[in-house]
Amino acid sequence: MTRGRAVVLDEPLSLWGGMDPATGVVIDAHHPQRGVSLSGRVVVMPAGRGSSSSASVLAEAVRAGAAPAAFVLGEPDLILAIGAAVAAELYGAAPPIVVDRCLPAAIRDGEDVEVVGATWRLVGSTDGQNG
Amino acid sequence: MRLVVRAAEVSGATRLLGVVGAHVDSCLYHGQASIDFVDRLIAGEARVSVPTTLNVGGIDLLHPELFRGDPDLAAHSAELMERYRALGARPTYTCAPYQLPDARPSLGQHVAWGESNAIAFANSVLGARTNRYGDFIDIAAAITGRVPDVGLHRDEARRATFILRLADDVPAPLRDDDSLFGVLGIVLGRRAGSAVAAIDGLPAEQSEDRLKALAAAAASSGAVAMFHVIGSTPEASSVDPDLPVEEVTFAELRSARRELSTGLDRPLSAVSLGTPHASMAQLRRYAELLGGAAVHPEVECLVSTGRDVLAEAEAEGVAGTLRRAGVELLTDTCSYIAPILRPHDGMVMTDSGKWAYYAPGNIGTRVVYATAAECLDSAVAGRVMRHDGAWGAEWSTA
Repeated sequence: MTRGRAVVLDEPLSLWGGMDPATGVVIDAHHPQRGVSLSGRVVVMPAGRGSSSSASVLAEAVRAGAAPAAFVLGEPDLILAIGAAVAAELYGAAPPIVVDRCLPAAIRDGEDVEVVGATWRLVGSTDGQNG
Repeated sequence: MRLVVRAAEVSGATRLLGVVGAHVDSCLYHGQASIDFVDRLIAGEARVSVPTTLNVGGIDLLHPELFRGDPDLAAHSAELMERYRALGARPTYTCAPYQLPDARPSLGQHVAWGESNAIAFANSVLGARTNRYGDFIDIAAAITGRVPDVGLHRDEARRATFILRLADDVPAPLRDDDSLFGVLGIVLGRRAGSAVAAIDGLPAEQSEDRLKALAAAAASSGAVAMFHVIGSTPEASSVDPDLPVEEVTFAELRSARRELSTGLDRPLSAVSLGTPHASMAQLRRYAELLGGAAVHPEVECLVSTGRDVLAEAEAEGVAGTLRRAGVELLTDTCSYIAPILRPHDGMVMTDSGKWAYYAPGNIGTRVVYATAAECLDSAVAGRVMRHDGAWGAEWSTA
């Protein structure tokens, strides 16, 4: 089980060119949430985006201890899934990635979210959400 | 193989298929994790099993003196590039492998390519078939020669789901202007996300360099891995004319173009051309635009290209012409991913929508997006030279 405070991204973010792996801070100059830290947060976004280097950035952020706690995505993202699989292989840990096609209505920015297996739920809520 | 199977699980594939080649992006250094991963492969005595090209790395191995950053970063970047070569990959170090005649897949061939612009180009312009293979899975596919049989490897996912049509108010000269393609790509990426769009309203038979600019920008602002351009790309004939139509107006294009230029109020410090890596046609065009004039001493003018294209340009004499004009030729990397540019407090002009999109975040510079002609005229003059041209009186209102 992973728990963290949700950060709901208004637009898809490419981790490469979008997140500093040393700090977890959003650096994409075009992204509305530039400057926000994703480190230790449950990152909620409709989809991944852009560069195929994002898997490396995720693995490096895991190594540096600055990765998000988990991802809740609106659609499957192979690049993030592979980044997480490699981080798990190399460093024994990786943020879980949950896919929920009903995003983004259900989670609000700043809410505490738990991720268990392929599902997420709001902390304090007893209803598991579709994963 | 575990990674390829994991990829199949995530993408819901029930079988794997063989690929005829791979293009590997994992050789760009992103931190110790990059080295830890390749070391794991080397320890397992892995070798690529299909012809494999390498993407740009973090340093120009042919011109290492152009690197202005931390020497440790330079050393790690070079080490990583070398280790991927040791796995049996060809040291091409280019983001435009489709410009290498012997690494260019043909219509219908399956490949496993990384590098977002190359992926979009391979699918859209060549009609080859690849999904977006990110770091790690690209080399895993090169080693196993296998990828999940899913997504853009299959006919059904390659069809457009909507038509993106240039509205009637987009002026005819703009539809045939080089500077449109980077801007249209940014709009395409935003509108399409990861969907396949068919672009309608461009004159037929657009050049590969324009389609390259379109693909690179679309894959920057969106997760675009494939698009069709009606009249130009090989699978556009499959586009169903009854698909839903979305229009792109002149106002939207002008607004996207303005957003790419964050440094209009700054003095000109540098000009960066060749993202993705310049083709021979582009290098010849740059030499022709300079027309024997020299770059202003206070402006740094960089052109990025692949080492194989550079070798051809050396043989033809174009490389020498550009160097004599004061142009620096950069290979193996790119000026927005590596510390190459001289420190400055002005702005950088570029003819690349992708460069303009990423450079502000990556290297913290202000940018002005312009045509190659505007960029090079400005490089010679030492100040911004505006032609307005097909965009109307855009500069003055920006």
